[in-house]
Amino acid sequence: MSAVEPAPSGWLHEALVVSGRWVLEARRALADVRTWRPLLLPQMRRLGVDSIPVALFIAVFTGMVLALLSSYMFTRAIPLYFVGTLVTKAVMLELGPVLTGMALAGRVGANVAAELGTMRVTEQVDALETLAISPHAYLVTPRVLAATLMFPVVTALAITVGVISGWLTAVNLLDLSTSEFLRGAQQFYKFKDIWFGLVKSASFGTAVATMGCFQGLQARGGAEGVGKATRYSVVLGCQAILVLDAFWALVLL
Amino acid sequence: MIRFEGLAKRFGERRVLEDFSLTIPEGQTTVLMGYSGTGKSVVLKHIVGLLEPDAGRVEVDGLVVHELDYDELMQLRGRIGYVFQFAALFDSLTVTENVSLGLRRQRLDREVIAERVAESLRLVELSDAGDRMPAELSGGMRKRVGIARAIALRPRYILYDEPTTGLDPVTTAAMNDLMIRARRELGATSVVVTHDLSSAFTVADRIAFLDQGRVRQAGTAREIRASADPLIREFIAGFLDHESGGHA
Repeated sequence: MSAVEPAPSGWLHEALVVSGRWVLEARRALADVRTWRPLLLPQMRRLGVDSIPVALFIAVFTGMVLALLSSYMFTRAIPLYFVGTLVTKAVMLELGPVLTGMALAGRVGANVAAELGTMRVTEQVDALETLAISPHAYLVTPRVLAATLMFPVVTALAITVGVISGWLTAVNLLDLSTSEFLRGAQQFYKFKDIWFGLVKSASFGTAVATMGCFQGLQARGGAEGVGKATRYSVVLGCQAILVLDAFWALVLL
Repeated sequence: MIRFEGLAKRFGERRVLEDFSLTIPEGQTTVLMGYSGTGKSVVLKHIVGLLEPDAGRVEVDGLVVHELDYDELMQLRGRIGYVFQFAALFDSLTVTENVSLGLRRQRLDREVIAERVAESLRLVELSDAGDRMPAELSGGMRKRVGIARAIALRPRYILYDEPTTGLDPVTTAAMNDLMIRARRELGATSVVVTHDLSSAFTVADRIAFLDQGRVRQAGTAREIRASADPLIREFIAGFLDHESGGHA
């Protein structure tokens, strides 16, 4: 009888092996441009363009609430035109990227994890491999690239709509004119306010899609496994967004 | 030729294969038969490198599968067609796209791909189903598309995982006929995993009976049918009882 090596144990060892394998596969898949390039645009539409309505819906109410909250906080001690400052700064630097990221972690992360998880448990991923097609090049790379490219686009739209919503609220519901709102918005404006949010959102896209792909491809055991992968994908995607948010604040601000 | 030598595999604490050794002869159909859970499908997955053995080796054309680098493994997979138990068709692609996916990977001309796809679909008698989505097909049709996808690659080896499970007797007979025709017309070496005895005796040149992750007995269909091994006799008798009960 042949000797059978004991199965390697320990989550750290397992995590290192899996991560190492993913990095190796990702490098190989990125070089396989012929496989992922035709799939990139459809994924950009699915993960990005189709997510715009939900992101804009959130942005409208975020801008509105920010304007109302800031007017509530700014009593006589602080001039009311600072509503413009707070709305634009908060939406551009934090709430636009993070709330959009969270919403997309639910929509995109769950979508990717459920789709790839179903493919895994129905042996479609194995079928790809037997056809000599790398699942990383065919499934993972186009999704991760699409999310990385499209999250900033969706976030930029959400920021625009959030600021407009805050401005309309300030003009219509508060005792503030357009020129006063703009004065507040321009008061502490820096170019960094724009690119900081967009850089963050690109990293959120990478994290959310990678988490969705990873959880999906790790799914085991039928519908229950797919459900578990989807849940983990959303939870870990949201956690990754918060950690990255803190990281970028420490590094770039 | 495919050769297994002392293959062992376990999942967690469960040993699935233990000292599994077998040679699959060139140009023939070898059936791996046995009770459920004896590791038949696990054996197939080792041939294409979907699983790595814990011990032992699988050789295909003299190459040790788990020692191949990525490019060598991809080349090997290009010579093997794999028919999955539940077909594993890509949900988002049409039948034609499913069948052509592996061919597009091989950088063949568009005309050659179209010709191969048409020929493969003709062989499985689904020429008019090219534009349909997998969700619109019956179980038997899905399995036939799975076979078309495998044979479109003109493989040297075709691996069938439970090709007749869940099919009615008429469709099962059609699948058996298809496996025989695929081997005859393409000259491919076939490995069929099944616990359907009638299918095994119809398509097999050789049969290997698996028990507890090992080959219990290997021989021609006639030798297995006449086996004196009590476990194999029980398996055959159980199947015949079930068949006669089903027809009563």
